[in-house]
Amino acid sequence: MSTDTDTPTAARHPDPNANMGMEFSTDAYLDMDLLRFLTCGSVDDGKSTLIGRLLYDSKSIFEDQLEAAESASVGRGDERMNLALLTDGLRAEREQGITIDVAYRYFATPKRKFIIADCPGHVQYTRNMVTGASTANLALILIDARHGVIEQTRRHSFITSLLRIPHLVVCVNKMDLVDWDKDTYEKIRDDFEEFAARFEINDITFIPMSALTGDNVVNRSANMDWYQGPSLLHHLENVHIAGDRDMIDPRFPVQWVVRPQSDEFHDYRGYGGQVASGVFQKGDEVVALPSGMESKIKSIDIGGKEQQSAFPPQSVSIQLEDDIDISRGDMLCRPNNKPQSGQDIDAMVVWMTDQPMVVGKKYTIRHTSNEARCIVKELHYRMDIESLHRDESAENLSLNEIGRISIRTTKPLFFDPYRQCRITGSFIIVDEQTNNTVGAAMIIGETK
Amino acid sequence: MTQAAEPISHYRLTHLKALEAEAIHIMREVAAQFERPALMFSGGKDSIVMVALALKAFRPAKFPFPLLHIDTGHNFPEALDFRDQLVEKIGERLIIHKVQDLIDKGMATEDPGPFPSRNRAQIPTLINAIEEYRFDALFGGARRDEEKARAKERIFSFRDEFGQWDPKNQRPELWNLYNGRHRMGENIRVFPISNWTEMDVWQYIMLEQIEIPDLYFSHKRDVVKRMGQWVPVGEAPFGPRDGEEVINRTVRFRTVGDMSCTAATDSPAATLEDIVGEVAAARASERGARMDDKNSEAAMEDRKKEGYF
Repeated sequence: MSTDTDTPTAARHPDPNANMGMEFSTDAYLDMDLLRFLTCGSVDDGKSTLIGRLLYDSKSIFEDQLEAAESASVGRGDERMNLALLTDGLRAEREQGITIDVAYRYFATPKRKFIIADCPGHVQYTRNMVTGASTANLALILIDARHGVIEQTRRHSFITSLLRIPHLVVCVNKMDLVDWDKDTYEKIRDDFEEFAARFEINDITFIPMSALTGDNVVNRSANMDWYQGPSLLHHLENVHIAGDRDMIDPRFPVQWVVRPQSDEFHDYRGYGGQVASGVFQKGDEVVALPSGMESKIKSIDIGGKEQQSAFPPQSVSIQLEDDIDISRGDMLCRPNNKPQSGQDIDAMVVWMTDQPMVVGKKYTIRHTSNEARCIVKELHYRMDIESLHRDESAENLSLNEIGRISIRTTKPLFFDPYRQCRITGSFIIVDEQTNNTVGAAMIIGETK
Repeated sequence: MTQAAEPISHYRLTHLKALEAEAIHIMREVAAQFERPALMFSGGKDSIVMVALALKAFRPAKFPFPLLHIDTGHNFPEALDFRDQLVEKIGERLIIHKVQDLIDKGMATEDPGPFPSRNRAQIPTLINAIEEYRFDALFGGARRDEEKARAKERIFSFRDEFGQWDPKNQRPELWNLYNGRHRMGENIRVFPISNWTEMDVWQYIMLEQIEIPDLYFSHKRDVVKRMGQWVPVGEAPFGPRDGEEVINRTVRFRTVGDMSCTAATDSPAATLEDIVGEVAAARASERGARMDDKNSEAAMEDRKKEGYF
């Protein structure tokens, strides 16, 4: 559980009114990006301290929330204000001093708005981390400088790679407890790089820091003048995320048909949906799947207001020149750039419920705006997420286990490999008896 | 073929537009996956933003659902007037379900607590509306930044036939895939603006030039000091209590709930720009002006488990 140094105190934080230049001008605020990132780790890594500091230093914690955490700390008999109480939302979490579920937290600087998916770190919460990872642009992995790379680090890195989070920041934390030692930091960095070479993670940034003292969190550290890189916040504000989207392969899953029953808009028939990837422009030739019918884009609008183009992740309505039959679950793309189509699909799946996945069982799946049934044909292997060993003798997948499966669906899906597009390359598995979401799947491709 | 000639940087989405796109997607998903949704509408700014987003999701067609107001009878008259004007302007259907009717039937009771709050009485009223109209999905304007219990709530939040939320048994929500499968009698609460903060809501109102009730802007009002906060007074049962002195002050409301449990703040903010500046400098959370959350540390979690939003 929490050691003394892990318990952040409000008193150690700087004056919240005197930091970060939080002067929002109206124009600047209307020109901010959105960055979603994931933090994974346990209390022992100083994760709560780090999040507490980011929220506190960006003035995202209010006085009454601090007061509530303070009075709760007193009620629990804590010697000092425990900033983890700010982030542990459920009564059971506060009582047991653990984080059970993904919590979403928000802060902003004049450059960006940030959504933190704050995930518990232990192996029994792998499914929660996968959930948080599914929408993240960036993952923060915390390493305790005293302990270096441990099993948990490997697990978190593997999930980052599996869910294809484009950017990874490795925070080598608690540098204050190793005398700000450069060699210790470099040894950890080298260790990490060595094992991370097995993963597909394109962009890794290492930052030595102390969340407790604030070194390299918001401001550059004076204690580590040997480190020339950015502070964590500077990196979060500036990491290039616009290129994370696939702007090449136009995919538009039709979600809802907007059809006014009025004389004024008698001829309006808009296909509502969110652009999964690529760019659509007025006048573009498109093909509707599965029918294969071709037409041209007559107009693109949001709520009746027309625009020239649509790009991810915009939600728009598209009208076509020709009256062709399109409904929910269909997909618009370009005649010369279509997704794969098939009923036999291989995927990596993370199992998310107590009842194991059974080969031969039928499930419902949700993929883009489409729903189908499937049968699990084969479990190729179960992956040990700490050793990365593939157990080909595995017969089922239990809660938090990951494996490669083949499914056959009742109708063709239009998909891209997950490595190309996270939206058209992912699906969830739903148990038909309980209606629960029981699996998260990332498509590898057609079964060979 | 008209290939994208513009540079990639042109296809940039600001955070407000990204949040808008997410909310539209969620609303359409609910319209497609459920038979009888409704949009909870109170006349407060969050529900007004929800209506603005629904216009984006479904216009030029009508909403594929009605608006539903759980009328506590403790509303600010200004909020009710605004509600009626907005509904008329957009030409959508409004269902009003009154807490008083449920109290008259003995199905809900007045809170005997220190304030004449009807927060708890809203719960049976809402559940009664769900049963009467057989709603299977209700849109709410709750946000995860409002309160700790909400930080862990899903966007599709399942409720059993008693309307209860089980925080330990929530469905995983991944990518932009929402699983709305449910049994008869079960319903979901859907929170399309879960990922918005108070600041985002105000900025969006400013960006989109959305009309909101005058209550949110600085005005003169009779208030009394109660529990360290400026509490608006009006006709019974909202009059001053023994020993309370009525003061006419320049105030505004950051949040508009029931008159009985919403405190005003001293403020000269007369424009949206002023309000945004004030929110940026604020040192107290929005729900700090809601006396209903202060009764216990887990007040919101407890109310949600019973079926509150």
